[in-house]
Amino acid sequence: MEKRIRVLVAKPGLDGHDRGAKVVARALRDAGFEVIYTGLRQTPEQIVEAALQEDVNVVALSLLSGAHNHLFPKIVELSKQKGMSDVLIVGGGVIPDADIPGLKAAGVSEVFTPGTPTSSIVEFIKANVK
Amino acid sequence: MCTANTDSLKQKMAEYTGKVEKSLAKFPERKNLPYNRLYTPLDIEGVDYEKDLGFPGQYPFTRGVQPTMYRSRFWTMRMYAGFSTAEESNKRYRYLLESGGTGLSCAFDLPTQIGYDSDDPISEGEVGKVGVAIDSLADMEILFDSIDLGKVSTSMTINAPASVLLAMYIAVAEKQGVSPDKLNGTIQNDILKEYAARGTYIFPPKPSMRLITNIFEYCSKNVPNWNTISISGYHIREAGSTASQEIAFTIADGIAYVDAAIKAGLNVDDFAGRLSFFWNAHNNVLEEVAKFRASRRVWAKVMKERFGATNPKSWMLRVHTQTAGSMLTAQQPENNVVRVALQTAAAVLGGTQSLHTNSKDEALALPTEDSVRVALRTQQIVAYESGLADVVDPLAGSYYIEAMTNQIEKEAWEYISKIDDMGGAVVAIEKGYIQREIQESAYKWQMDVENKQRVIVGVNQFQIEEKPVEGLLRVDASVGELQKKKLADLRARRDNAAVQAKLAALETGCKDENANLMPLILDAVKAYATLGEICGVMRKVFGEYEAHVSL
Repeated sequence: MEKRIRVLVAKPGLDGHDRGAKVVARALRDAGFEVIYTGLRQTPEQIVEAALQEDVNVVALSLLSGAHNHLFPKIVELSKQKGMSDVLIVGGGVIPDADIPGLKAAGVSEVFTPGTPTSSIVEFIKANVK
Repeated sequence: MCTANTDSLKQKMAEYTGKVEKSLAKFPERKNLPYNRLYTPLDIEGVDYEKDLGFPGQYPFTRGVQPTMYRSRFWTMRMYAGFSTAEESNKRYRYLLESGGTGLSCAFDLPTQIGYDSDDPISEGEVGKVGVAIDSLADMEILFDSIDLGKVSTSMTINAPASVLLAMYIAVAEKQGVSPDKLNGTIQNDILKEYAARGTYIFPPKPSMRLITNIFEYCSKNVPNWNTISISGYHIREAGSTASQEIAFTIADGIAYVDAAIKAGLNVDDFAGRLSFFWNAHNNVLEEVAKFRASRRVWAKVMKERFGATNPKSWMLRVHTQTAGSMLTAQQPENNVVRVALQTAAAVLGGTQSLHTNSKDEALALPTEDSVRVALRTQQIVAYESGLADVVDPLAGSYYIEAMTNQIEKEAWEYISKIDDMGGAVVAIEKGYIQREIQESAYKWQMDVENKQRVIVGVNQFQIEEKPVEGLLRVDASVGELQKKKLADLRARRDNAAVQAKLAALETGCKDENANLMPLILDAVKAYATLGEICGVMRKVFGEYEAHVSL
């Protein structure tokens, strides 16, 4: 039997908006993934530690506060330090188009902005999980 | 409500239904529509005008809380604003007042909302992003520089540390020579919806409820015109609830606050008149109008019948409204101007006391000054040009509106009774019941959009090739460093022994459940203790709330 894809849905920083994170988490679960949701207010260190402990294939970050340019690259950096280069990191939230190239250059594989159907996220993960 | 021969009407209704069922069969069914396609007097049988609707300004306030509504004065046009530093936000506030805004509404950044100073490591990257950074009284003095606090009314979206920001506001006013009894405004101060939907909680429920009742008591004696709480459905709706859930969960929270204050020994009529509410104005105009009307009727009954309040002011659900941020689209953002206009119509036809209109670019970033002006102008056009504000509660008597008002009221009572059975809103939140109900509705909405059972123009139909949007507001990245420097200067300049003494007194007060913490917080604020230091003392004594995570 094929091993199920494990995803950590995480809320970095102080942002309390979790409608999107919860909807995505549930959609991923309904698509057959194993999903762990961290809850609010996680530091980059806590997220990377949870990803390591839970042995996930994907970390999906959700942030609507505008702190993405600071927090997303930090999480990628920490996960590299822990030798987790096989973990796919994606992000979503209120993120201006102009910030997306920088986030991708920093190692975030894809950024999903408002209006993205959950099915696109599922397809992206299936196609790109390492 | 109107003369109709019921038997004849029932027969004609049956004939009509039989006829249209056949012809409608060839049209595709659209989901999420009202129960009936046509409303008639049959749908409002049993409605007693004087008992169920009455007159505006009279129980049960279905038609509005003031006797003359917008014939005497329009709603307060209150634009929510704040970003970066106190200096930058002060400029935006003065711009809004000069543009015809009639009240201020302060947005604070996340570290401020969660009680951390800008130089706390956890604040890194968040300083000044979603609102203004306030670390101490020194920032608050700059925020309201050249704004007469005796003349303006100010709403502050602050919850867990509401006591501290209110104390800062009182202290700035005193420096301007304005005494607390002359102050007008609102603090959100609604912790229950933070646990359920918004996420900026600090302390566990028990000490949080104590802080809230301390504020009720302190303000009833010292700041009598202050709205001590804004019990908020807005964020519950933004998190995905339905219209009925929005008012039901919020009124259940309201019941919990009134219960807590009465248990703390307060007389209901001493504080109930200063309770205010906060609703969302969504896209479905008529459903929203019915929601506003139903909510006033439910609250009036709760206050009069359940809590035995005798002052009519205690029965009134006064409400601030904000248009639905979650309904704005990042796609074809110009279309959002139209959405906001419809939402404004809903809030005005629903009889709101004040209104914030969102700007078209808010699905992408904080709004620019130009887009904020269009949002404010939208309110002014509705007020002065549309005729929607010309008579009081103009949709009353519509078969559909009255039937929908009854329906939403009924659904709200069902939820309230279920929450009562669980032991009230605090228990329902601790059990995760309210969160799960909201999540369920949010997921259903998303699936309806993805299956195209719900059309969102520009998102799942009528799409175009989009160009990247230019000219978005960007918060200067140096704001974090600037706040850190201001804090270092403050800590070097102030009388640190005095600060320590005031913080020690606050700590002692926190440990004594009978102490009112407001005077102690005010003392600490005036000595320029920082927000993080004050909340740090309370964290030490009260601990922190741990959310139950469930999917």
